Amino acid sequence: MNDGPLLTMRNLRVVYPGDDGDFRAVRNVSFSLGRERLGIVGESGSGKSTTGRAIMGLIPYPGRVEADVMRLGDTDLTGLDEKGFRRLRGKRIAMVLQDPKFSLDPVMTVGKQIAETHRYHFRSSKQAARAAALEMLEAVHIRDPERVYDQYAHQVSGGMGQRIMIAMMLIAGPDILIADEPTSALDVSVQQQVLAIMDEMVKSRGMGLILISHNLHLVSSFCDRVLVMYAGQIVEVCDAGRLHEAQHPYTKGLLAALPELGHRRDELPQLQRDPEWLIDLPAAVGAAA
Amino acid sequence: MIELEGVSVTYGALRAARDISFRIAAGDALGLVGESGSGKSTVLRAVAGLIPHAEGSVTINGRELSNRRPRDSRKIIQMVFQDPYGSLHPNQTVDQTLSAPIAIHRLGNAETRIMAALTEVGLGREHRYRYPHQLSGGQRQRVAIARALILEPKVLLLDEPTSALDVSVQAEILNLLTRLRRDHGLTMLMVSHDLAVIAHVCDRIGVMHGGRLLEMTTAVALAEGRVTDPYSQQLLRANQGFDASGVVADVTV
Repeated sequence: MNDGPLLTMRNLRVVYPGDDGDFRAVRNVSFSLGRERLGIVGESGSGKSTTGRAIMGLIPYPGRVEADVMRLGDTDLTGLDEKGFRRLRGKRIAMVLQDPKFSLDPVMTVGKQIAETHRYHFRSSKQAARAAALEMLEAVHIRDPERVYDQYAHQVSGGMGQRIMIAMMLIAGPDILIADEPTSALDVSVQQQVLAIMDEMVKSRGMGLILISHNLHLVSSFCDRVLVMYAGQIVEVCDAGRLHEAQHPYTKGLLAALPELGHRRDELPQLQRDPEWLIDLPAAVGAAA
Repeated sequence: MIELEGVSVTYGALRAARDISFRIAAGDALGLVGESGSGKSTVLRAVAGLIPHAEGSVTINGRELSNRRPRDSRKIIQMVFQDPYGSLHPNQTVDQTLSAPIAIHRLGNAETRIMAALTEVGLGREHRYRYPHQLSGGQRQRVAIARALILEPKVLLLDEPTSALDVSVQAEILNLLTRLRRDHGLTMLMVSHDLAVIAHVCDRIGVMHGGRLLEMTTAVALAEGRVTDPYSQQLLRANQGFDASGVVADVTV
């Protein structure tokens, strides 16, 4: 195992062809990910989820993913076909989505779904896969794994569903976990538990985590480093603990627009969008790690 | 303006709200916070008369309302819903949406009323004949607020009015609500899971859990962390971002 970055991106572009020329949903995006917790924040349409999907090879036709460099450890992802990505997904990179209700298979017990991943990637026997799945369920703090193993998605709560998703995603021991709004559909107290479990898993296994969220407070309190995206580009990179010292007017505007407990203002400053923010930035903005 | 006395709402065997009592003076804003299933939206709907209450009394503007409400009582109380994508009719233009309440309540001069309501929420003439899909999320929520205002209500009920919106758009809508309350002396009852949002709009805040109103506190007390109920304290901590030390990882299934 080498100590180089887990993921390297240089000048990532995601393009959807349209009637009035190409629409660049993501452009000039460069960053590298180590064994850390990286946050990506931005408003809807900023390209944060599209970036995550591009890494997983999940951009549907006719969208195109282009990059100067796109490397997972020592595997080159540029020009990798669907078959190649299928071998990586789950094994090397995994993704947790927003709502477990929609990402779990409704007609298969949750235990079987977890075991299936194990069987696919390790060609293991049924018994071995079951044992591994039960162990994973226990690792995500599910009390009675045997009982939960035989339940269906509609029988579990949102927080538990999300823990099952995490178990399923981590069973093959990926290097990188991409979590796209993993707690937005959950209640605040459950959110904390799910985040704590993710944190624990990422730390104990030395994984890299990409947390995609619109919630600035959450990202700045949970992650090590934050990328701020606007209109498909990374406009700013900062240390999560120093997000309040952000320089870019967009980041500042977003922070100012948030209502704050104990600091009530009659009028919240509204974000004034500057057309200058749309101008292409040099692709190196996010590269500095 | 609003007075609830021992109100309970049941769905079959489930008691979604139990023994809820509070009063809101004219021009005041009260917020209800809690997690999903805590009964906060149920209380709001019972006040609106959208669902019948099993016990207790709901008094609005000095008049006790039963579960069958006369039309003129509905005029003084209007509601804005969470999802502006779902609460506007997709096949009706803004003009049609705003005309409906005027026709139902047989009010005259629709023309002036519609234009006044649009101006009030910061929309222009150009938005009047658009369909909801031709508007952004923030503009749709403005239309929903205009629809509520067109009857010149005294009470505005708000069910998570900004949780489907981006942060920058949320700020615009919150500013609009603050201004409307000031200019029209509206009484507001608002429900949200976001403590910062509710403390921005409301002076008094009720914490709900499991269908009960646990505690009635104020925005100031909340900001200073002066809440007594353990559940309120937990809610307050959870709203301040991620803190690994405050997490009980092994939870009941």
